[in-house]
Amino acid sequence: MRTVRRAGDGGLLVETADLDDAHRLHRALRDAAFPGVTDIVPGERTVLLVAEPDACDLDRLAARVATLEATAAEAEDAPPVEIPVRYDGEDLGEVAELTGLSVREVVERHAATEYSVAYLGFSPGFGYLTGLDEALRVSRRASPRTSVPTGSVAIAGPYTAVYPSPSPGGWRLLGHTDLTMWDVQRDPPSLLRPGLRVRFVPEWTR
Amino acid sequence: MIEVVRPGPLATVQDLGRPGYAHLGVPRSGAADAPSLRLANRLVGNPEGAAGVEFTLGGASLLFHSPAWISVTGAPLDLRLDDRPQGMNAPVRVPEGGTLHLGVPPRGLRSYLAVRGGLTCEKTLGSRSTDLLSHLGPPALAPGTRLPFGRADGPMSVDLAPVAPLPGAPVLRVLPGPRDDWFARDALTVLTSNPYTVTPTGNRVGVRLEGPALVRAREGELASEGMVTGALQVPPNGNPILFLTDHPTTGGYPVIAVVRHQDLPLAAQLRPGDNLRFHLS
Repeated sequence: MRTVRRAGDGGLLVETADLDDAHRLHRALRDAAFPGVTDIVPGERTVLLVAEPDACDLDRLAARVATLEATAAEAEDAPPVEIPVRYDGEDLGEVAELTGLSVREVVERHAATEYSVAYLGFSPGFGYLTGLDEALRVSRRASPRTSVPTGSVAIAGPYTAVYPSPSPGGWRLLGHTDLTMWDVQRDPPSLLRPGLRVRFVPEWTR
Repeated sequence: MIEVVRPGPLATVQDLGRPGYAHLGVPRSGAADAPSLRLANRLVGNPEGAAGVEFTLGGASLLFHSPAWISVTGAPLDLRLDDRPQGMNAPVRVPEGGTLHLGVPPRGLRSYLAVRGGLTCEKTLGSRSTDLLSHLGPPALAPGTRLPFGRADGPMSVDLAPVAPLPGAPVLRVLPGPRDDWFARDALTVLTSNPYTVTPTGNRVGVRLEGPALVRAREGELASEGMVTGALQVPPNGNPILFLTDHPTTGGYPVIAVVRHQDLPLAAQLRPGDNLRFHLS
């Protein structure tokens, strides 16, 4: 039995054991396609269901979700998305200082790991990627930048991310990619989706 | 075609938003007071979800380059066609060359204009709604903006819709949770037994409130989770933020309670300085 919390009269917040469980449940809920549900939003240890209050019996939905078997959901089997990165970010030196590593080590460690999209938020197509090397955990900048350019590859806390569009931001910039992360003309518009695996490929020579 | 002469403080194109993309970080957006937009559309024989204009504190003028049936709903304001007063919540025939003037509502915040045929600006992810936070949809209206509209076949069968006036002392009904257990035992009582004041920093993302602080019982950070419209999210300073339609899809502050969906239109009409109360139900 899962813990299902009410988020008002049109939402259910389902608790999960961990991030993997959240992704499995997210896929199982998409497969189940419960009528009246408009959005399914995974978080770090939750999945939120948003329903049309007039078109959905929330009590019945909660009961079905509580016992939903998520292990049957098809695993994310897409190969990792490869994001080419030019490691020339403004904060590279600062991150090296903060972590006690050399710039080259920062880059190597950032590019050595396979990441997973934990969830999206902050702005359309902005994926919070988990799997960051412990040695690279740094806090956000004390004062956020008013504008971070599209394609900036950055780290903060346990996450790394690529800014899909220009926005204010306090993450530390390691580099940038020319890959289009977000395009409303594309279907789906976001390159990233919850659960997808990601690798960063350094472009050393240019 | 409609030409914007003056948009007022903020005017945007809105329909019923773009549900279904929240897992990609896309807010639902759409009319903050959706029932008012639906009504405006019904009055001119449109499908309820046709795109119209959401005005913030009125103060706008629109020049019609072609004749149209229109209606204005939501926050009540002085409506004039050229010099002649017109009724809210009723269809109005605007001749070619007519200019529609919207005054400043003495109460409420958002008024809606529907045009028979609906605005036909380009859709982004299935919706014509402007989302200023996420940079989706058409830009906010500016002097000179041209708004194309379509044709409608639906019948116009209502002359005037009876609409209840906005309450002087709004009460929003809330359901506890999903994270009320992050707060001190009496926090829900504090929330529902004191008035809260609307601060001037609100927008379509949310209404920032000031009042007795809602004290947390737990330290630490909440793992980021999905957010719903109507959520009362509480940052560390203890003053709740009521999420409206452009709210971010995920957040890391605990939500103590959520406003019932029937009361979201009232929440969308709150203006700076308003006092409101919450009622647990």
